[in-house]
Amino acid sequence: MNPGFTNHFLLPLLRGVLQIAILLLLAPLLPGIVNRVKAWVAGRRGPPLLQLYYDLGRLWNKGIVLSTAASPGHLVGPAIAWVAILGSAMLLPLGPGDALWSFKGDALLFLYLLALARFCTASAALETGSAFEGMGAAREVSFAVLSESALITAILALAVQTGSLSLTGMLAPVPNPSAGLLAAGLFTVLLAENCRVPFDDPNTHLELTMIHEVMVLDHSGPPLAVILHGAALKLLVFALLLAQAVLPLNHLSLLPATGCLLAAMLVITLLVGFAESLLARFAFRRVPLLLTTAFLFCLFALLTAWKGVS
Amino acid sequence: MTDAINLLVGLALGANLLALGSSRLPSIIRAAAIQGIVLGVIPLLLKPEFHWLVALVSIGTIAIKGFVIPALLLRALRAANIAREEHPLLGFIPSLLIGASATVGAVILAGHLPLLPEHRGLLLVPGALATLVSGLVLLVGRTKAISQVCGYLILENGIYLFGLLLIRGTPLIVEAGILLDLTVAIFVIGIIVDRIQREFDSLDTGKLTSLHE
Repeated sequence: MNPGFTNHFLLPLLRGVLQIAILLLLAPLLPGIVNRVKAWVAGRRGPPLLQLYYDLGRLWNKGIVLSTAASPGHLVGPAIAWVAILGSAMLLPLGPGDALWSFKGDALLFLYLLALARFCTASAALETGSAFEGMGAAREVSFAVLSESALITAILALAVQTGSLSLTGMLAPVPNPSAGLLAAGLFTVLLAENCRVPFDDPNTHLELTMIHEVMVLDHSGPPLAVILHGAALKLLVFALLLAQAVLPLNHLSLLPATGCLLAAMLVITLLVGFAESLLARFAFRRVPLLLTTAFLFCLFALLTAWKGVS
Repeated sequence: MTDAINLLVGLALGANLLALGSSRLPSIIRAAAIQGIVLGVIPLLLKPEFHWLVALVSIGTIAIKGFVIPALLLRALRAANIAREEHPLLGFIPSLLIGASATVGAVILAGHLPLLPEHRGLLLVPGALATLVSGLVLLVGRTKAISQVCGYLILENGIYLFGLLLIRGTPLIVEAGILLDLTVAIFVIGIIVDRIQREFDSLDTGKLTSLHE
């Protein structure tokens, strides 16, 4: 075989397939770890670590029940959302490995893909014509206004800090004092975006208080599996973003960097689990205050980065 | 040294926002206490050579602003039996945003001020301005007397931060005098709070509109 073909086409292709496979297969493990931590703190045995994999397999083999009010958008929405989240995951570098897909300004695409995923989930929820789902969608998008502004500010802070416009360049920070602020802000955004306690309770089944769960209430079978996998993938994306925005992994060689990244993911997942076990969910009227705090953390990280540059 | 001072001023700015965003009165008092302790350490770092008067003022500031005044306020709070700021005149999110924009604005403004070369890299001036604004917001935006006292304390911390710029010029005895005044003022306010509580069964200053005989 032509060696040029192997080097320029086959190897990157193999690497890409491997990276996507790792992302897709690793994602459902994170909610499993969170649930195990919650069970451990509460003194229960808890579901198995791989519970979400079993759930996904079971849902995939089930049939679909559709509301009579639903248009095809009800089925297309979750699919587009899943693809958009996967696309945003592909823009993130994986520790030592570069992103699959990187260009100048891809941070904007990252933000818009996440927004597209949210729009599709919310519009698919509205398709059912149920008042509860409309309520959940309204809550989801109104909290998103605040959490997205925090995320955009965090990305801006990274851009100013590193002077780069692509995520691969941005997520290679130098150690600095604003990392602590950024970590606090991004962790709060992670909890809000993934609908974890204290913003939303993934275990609640009271329609009046749910956010994400109420939006997916009328989905069933394979679309529900896609939504669940997408949610796990989104948690992975935010954990990757948080870990790589704070830790200067690019100075390490391949094996230590991979080890550090995996350890950081584990620590973040454990923190989510502990936050979920030890905190009570906030009343709705207090959520904006917390999200504003997250925004301010990111804003001050931006200020520190900006003052550090000049 | 500059980095250490800037870190401390940054912590003081964080305490500002903590006080602005918190509805629980003990947290506001604690934020003011943390700020007092942090600001008390700064003179030690600002003067490279050790001087016993600087150390004395520093220890005095930490003891009074960090421990004595908060203890007095917490005592008044226990006696008054309230824990929360229920209906502030200015909501928590707007006051947080005002505090944050004051901080950003102060940093930008300080870049354009004709400062002495040795103060250029320091955050003292923006920190002082932002702390003044935060104290003012707390003072005018809250209805409970205790939060207003904390606003007054934070306002004074801003003035103190500004005074640190002149640490080479002002006699430290002035600083000691201010500290004494502050303690007496908090004493008096503590007594007044107690009287308000007894007379009106509430610490809501919004109710203090009519005179009683």
